[in-house]
Amino acid sequence: LVAQNVPNSDWEKKVTEYFKEKLKENNATNWVPSLNDVPVHYLKPNSLVKFRCMVQDMFDPEFYMGVYETVDPNTNARVLHFGKYRDVAECGEILLNSSQTITSERQTFYCVPVPGESAWVKEISFVTELVLSYISASQARVSPSTSYTPSRHKRSYEEDEDMDLHPSKQKEQHMGSGSDIHGCVEPKRLETEASAGHHLTSPNCSPPLDLNFPLPGEKGPACLVKVYESWDSFKVNDVLEVYGILSVDPVLSIVNNDEREGSALDLMECMDTAEEQRVHSPPASLVPRIHVILAQKLQHINPLLPACLNEESKTFVSNFMSELSPVRAELLGFLTHALLGDGLAAEYLILHLISTVYARRDVLPLGKFTLNLSGCPRSSTFTEHIYRILQQLVPASHRLQMTIAFRSRLIPHKDYAANRLVSGVLQLASNTSLVIDETQLEQGQLDTTGVHNVTALGNLITWQKVDYDFSYHQMEFPCNINVLITSEGRSLLPSDCQVHLQPQLIPPNMEEYMNSLLTAVLPSVLNKFRIYLSLLKLLDYSISEEVTKAVEEDFVEMRKSDPESITADDLHRTLLVARFLSLSAGQTTLSRERWLRAKQLEALRKARLQQQKCVNGNEL
Amino acid sequence: LVAQDARSPPSQKRRTDDSTSTGDLQPMPTSPPADIQSPGAADALFSSPPQFRHSAIPLDFDISSPLTYGTPSSRVEGTPRSGVRGTPVRQRPDLGSVRKARQVDLHSDGPTEDVTTEQCLGQKLVIWGTDVNVASCKEKFQRFLQRFIDPIGKEDEDVGLNLNEPRYMQRLEEINIVGEPFLNVNCDHLRSFDENLYRQLICYPQEVIPTFDMAVNEIFFDRYPDSILEHQIQVRPYNALKTRNMRSLNPEDIDQLITISGMVIRTSQIIPEMQEAFFKCQVCSFTTRVEIDRGRITEPSVCKNCNTTHSMALIHNRSMFSDKQMIKLQESPEDMPAGQTPHTVALFAHNDLVDKVQPGDRVNVTGIYRAVPIRVNPRVSSVKSVYKTHIDVIHYRKTDSKRLYGVDEETEQKMFTEERVKMLRELSKKPDIYERLSSALAPSIYEHEDIKKGILLQLFGGSRKDFSHTGRGNFRAEINILLCGDPGTSKSQLLQYVYNLVPRGQYTSGRGSSAVGLTAYVMKDPETWQLVLQTGALVLSDNGICCIDEFDKMNESTRSVLHEVMEQQTLSIAKAGIICQLNARTSILAAANPIESQWNPKKTTIENIQLPHTLLSRFDLIFLMLDPRDEAYDRRLARHLVSLYYHSEEQMEEEFMDMAVLRDYLAYARGYIAPRLGEEASQALIEAYVDMRKIGSGRGMVSAYPRQLESLIRLAEAHAKVRFSEKVETVDVEEAKRLHREALKQSATDPRTGIVDISILTTGMSATARKRREELAQALRKLIQSKGKTPTLKYQQLFEDLRAQSDTAITKEMFEEALRALADDDFLTVTGKTVRLL
Repeated sequence: LVAQNVPNSDWEKKVTEYFKEKLKENNATNWVPSLNDVPVHYLKPNSLVKFRCMVQDMFDPEFYMGVYETVDPNTNARVLHFGKYRDVAECGEILLNSSQTITSERQTFYCVPVPGESAWVKEISFVTELVLSYISASQARVSPSTSYTPSRHKRSYEEDEDMDLHPSKQKEQHMGSGSDIHGCVEPKRLETEASAGHHLTSPNCSPPLDLNFPLPGEKGPACLVKVYESWDSFKVNDVLEVYGILSVDPVLSIVNNDEREGSALDLMECMDTAEEQRVHSPPASLVPRIHVILAQKLQHINPLLPACLNEESKTFVSNFMSELSPVRAELLGFLTHALLGDGLAAEYLILHLISTVYARRDVLPLGKFTLNLSGCPRSSTFTEHIYRILQQLVPASHRLQMTIAFRSRLIPHKDYAANRLVSGVLQLASNTSLVIDETQLEQGQLDTTGVHNVTALGNLITWQKVDYDFSYHQMEFPCNINVLITSEGRSLLPSDCQVHLQPQLIPPNMEEYMNSLLTAVLPSVLNKFRIYLSLLKLLDYSISEEVTKAVEEDFVEMRKSDPESITADDLHRTLLVARFLSLSAGQTTLSRERWLRAKQLEALRKARLQQQKCVNGNEL
Repeated sequence: LVAQDARSPPSQKRRTDDSTSTGDLQPMPTSPPADIQSPGAADALFSSPPQFRHSAIPLDFDISSPLTYGTPSSRVEGTPRSGVRGTPVRQRPDLGSVRKARQVDLHSDGPTEDVTTEQCLGQKLVIWGTDVNVASCKEKFQRFLQRFIDPIGKEDEDVGLNLNEPRYMQRLEEINIVGEPFLNVNCDHLRSFDENLYRQLICYPQEVIPTFDMAVNEIFFDRYPDSILEHQIQVRPYNALKTRNMRSLNPEDIDQLITISGMVIRTSQIIPEMQEAFFKCQVCSFTTRVEIDRGRITEPSVCKNCNTTHSMALIHNRSMFSDKQMIKLQESPEDMPAGQTPHTVALFAHNDLVDKVQPGDRVNVTGIYRAVPIRVNPRVSSVKSVYKTHIDVIHYRKTDSKRLYGVDEETEQKMFTEERVKMLRELSKKPDIYERLSSALAPSIYEHEDIKKGILLQLFGGSRKDFSHTGRGNFRAEINILLCGDPGTSKSQLLQYVYNLVPRGQYTSGRGSSAVGLTAYVMKDPETWQLVLQTGALVLSDNGICCIDEFDKMNESTRSVLHEVMEQQTLSIAKAGIICQLNARTSILAAANPIESQWNPKKTTIENIQLPHTLLSRFDLIFLMLDPRDEAYDRRLARHLVSLYYHSEEQMEEEFMDMAVLRDYLAYARGYIAPRLGEEASQALIEAYVDMRKIGSGRGMVSAYPRQLESLIRLAEAHAKVRFSEKVETVDVEEAKRLHREALKQSATDPRTGIVDISILTTGMSATARKRREELAQALRKLIQSKGKTPTLKYQQLFEDLRAQSDTAITKEMFEEALRALADDDFLTVTGKTVRLL
């Protein structure tokens, strides 16, 4: 184990290596309790936890005592301690003047659970963990690395605290968790309690501390994640999975209140406003700290898929690819029903759902495919139901009512008093589906906020970036958000592609219809849909020289026949449609047939729009 | 002497370990020469310094130490006298506000001190924990002050300095005249003078700066013994070469002198910080003073006079306070890596530096970086293992305020490393650099080579010329470009690209911006009720590019504010009692759609975009972005687009020069290259201009105006800048001419004749149209004259007659125009429906 007494830069590396190795082992990751599923008060302080989160804000770097020396007032014995992976330096009198002290630096991120994460993502990842941890409970002793060993009794906080506060001798076993208490509830209990406690953070802490979630009504723990290495590689809005040591020392919360004694610190404290204090050192029970040992960026948060596509997961991918076409057919059918029998709209919806920004050419994002579903029935709650269905399919989504967009502030902005980035609806992780509902819109005047929001949404759609407001200047954050707009007529926001919905049937009771649709799908099929949509986003794609030629010819021909209506934009769009059409069939290169099919789809879509125009023209 | 581990604990780094200290403080009297000469004055200095009442804290006072050099000892006597003896010293909380160094009193009267007294002789002594020898350090600094000559001296503060005289001696003279007791010292100067001294200053500012103070005061009062200053001179070093951005601060910088740049985001109220407490015994009225020590005042528990316990009470209004202010500084947006949020750092400003900056100011701050541990609970010994960091400010330098001399605006030049400069220089030698750069510009946008070249030249800009002494003011160096064309020809994309490329770009949309949004407006601050000037996009993009999309959608009044900006490069505001002129040296890149949304090839540019020609003539280049509708073009376009969709990210990077290089190239050229016209080039320009005039004069009208000549000059200069050439040569003029012609060919071609006609731009009407109007007027005159001597004519009748006579269709508008032309000639007047001859 990693226990050394002398400052040695090696040990830090070894810690990371060690945990990396351990976590690679079979299902090891599943033994680690996740902060996403287990309420904080059930987790043992100073144990290893994991957390799936999005970086919402980055605080200033912290200097901490990497190594410090203490002296026992009774014996005058001097002892060296490590300060890494902990918040509070304990154990007797600290020698501030010691020459052995090493000051190090770490970075703090304010992390929130992935905004708009669908319920099924939470459930599935929770269940798989639960099952696996239950299985492994019998053989848990295999790995001493994870301190998550189920034990019979649950300890309260205070007890643990007492234990831990004991001067942990010179040998610091395994970063504080070496003490032999493994207070964690047994899995069965955890199941019942967690599912109940799932939705409330912690019942006893009611004061409304704004946890700064991007979306209103979000639940879950926010966390201060302390990163020790290569923090430059992380960006705001990155989705991370961190493995680290949970720190909920209640001392952290009193830091601020008790400090009004006449000390040098007073002078220091007065520089931070009360708000800043609240934000930067919130009570640990509400916002726990995690000292990161390992952190990895996630490409996706779909628990049904292997975390990253590498050699090991190849078999999984190829297995799934072999049964791709039936899945696609089923999904198409399902969506056709959901879109009231409109097959073309369903086809486009699939293309939209697997679209993702795969590259940026200077300012131009490539691969975005914003879909404007016009002709949605106004009266019914159609959009709401569509959104509910989408929620079942994509890992993260949010529905934004245009009426709300006109009133509340969507763009994240910097609050200089509290020195933090106040989140807004538009602060979303990559590959989140944003459904904008324009059907409820009424006529009226737009105020400044509304204008800003519409501009921001426009920028989001066109450039896939959001300009965060730093009051003295703006800062641009690139994003990758799938935007679906439902509207009656053409949307007032720009879009890549407008499909006019032509319902084949109008169910008398929309709610009943949609519910029966959802219940009719088997869970296993639903899971296949989910895998399908997430997996296809990750695939590569190319166009062969030969097809390029053909496309060129085609374009020139089209221009010749109809120079007025065919523009470069049309080519752009058709290429996009062709790309996603190929991918949706599991093909990673463009074939001639797909290109023709794409053209055909486009022609159908355009004809519909034309037709719609005529209808409107007649009405007028 | 003691090799310091840079990573030792920050706050107590210097005074580490008693056993290892080899050298101690220098027994240096405060102001030796003066004191020796006038013992009476010396007496005044030493008579009642509180330092000697140090039984409570024996080790903490030492008047000989440079650290307490600023202790307010003689202030108590307060009688103003001249010279160093009379000038009160002032504490420097910026150097030691948080704690006081543990020092050893080396005076023989130090009762408790017994260490190393005998070592204190000679020159080998250093301040504890450093390698700074006070005497030699002082001597060196004095030598620096007396001898340092900066021959290049290009700082904007150098106004009125004789560059061949020792620079800082002149500064001292200034201090003597102005009476501002601060001496700003550029660390770069110090470094070029004495590398070692500079290193000491950077590493041990807390010890070295007081030594500098001492040195400077000696020189000053030696020279100007009769000078009266508010307090003794304080040295403020700035521009420490450890200039870093905030992100690179790390534990090694603690307690060192650093310079960082950033933006002020918040300032606190003034905090009175107690420097010295005044206690009075309630029993016997005995008074005593206690100085602040490590942020604390130790209240004396026993009265030394009457021995009563707990009888001492603090008398607030006799205690000494100093001003202090907390400031939050945020990283400037340019320094930030993409996708991260800015860092902030706390600053403490003291005394004179309080309230010197406002939120929103961009500043360079020089100061000492500090870290202090946070105590979880004062009563419990456990400490939160995190330090609080801040910077004690020693010097501010605003980077955006108007300095004394407005000319050298490029002081905010980016610093380039030598390799980078070399690389850029090498790049500039390439024969095809112009093509290379223009193709690197917005590579995702297909073709439009000339437009890209035009924008490239706009990015470089011309050279700034100052004719203010001849009364014409500044000549504009910025190039304005208007793009107009069919929707969907990636105009917006070009604008976005440019906006992302330049550091001070602004992007607005004509539809969404109001006149005040573009210029500036006066606002009442809700808190202070002060009137505040808020600047708009045009002012914010001073020295940058303002991209205006949907230029045609802008309303008339908003557009009119552009007139002044686009030629005079200033903005005048007269509003709510504030009358001022702001600089808006911005290039404008505007994009407009044709009035019929689709370009009508049968009309001229003017008719297509319907912008006032006064505004149009201010654009140096007007480009059309039209859909060419040509098979070969389509084919290439298709290929280009398809390639966009399957090339991987890496491939694209290789193909083109990346944005960072382009950005640096631009910044370097803009900052360092200012081409002047060469003889040949001037000749070529004259010829070009004469040619342009000739074209028009052939048909009897002027077709080129001086404005076009200025445009040509600017374009030629910009083209020379592309090559990093200091001289404009004929090739540059050729290219400028070519571009100008290309742009004109498109925008000023008369659709009726196919001839390029520059008068379209200047009068809004093509020459043929004017000619036709003229002809019609003549025909009408003849018609009227043929009717004989009737004094009045019926309007309708006349119109019909004219139509009958003419072989081309005559509209009512044309007829009215002809009438107006004749009225202008005082031939007739039109009143209602009758035409009256004169």
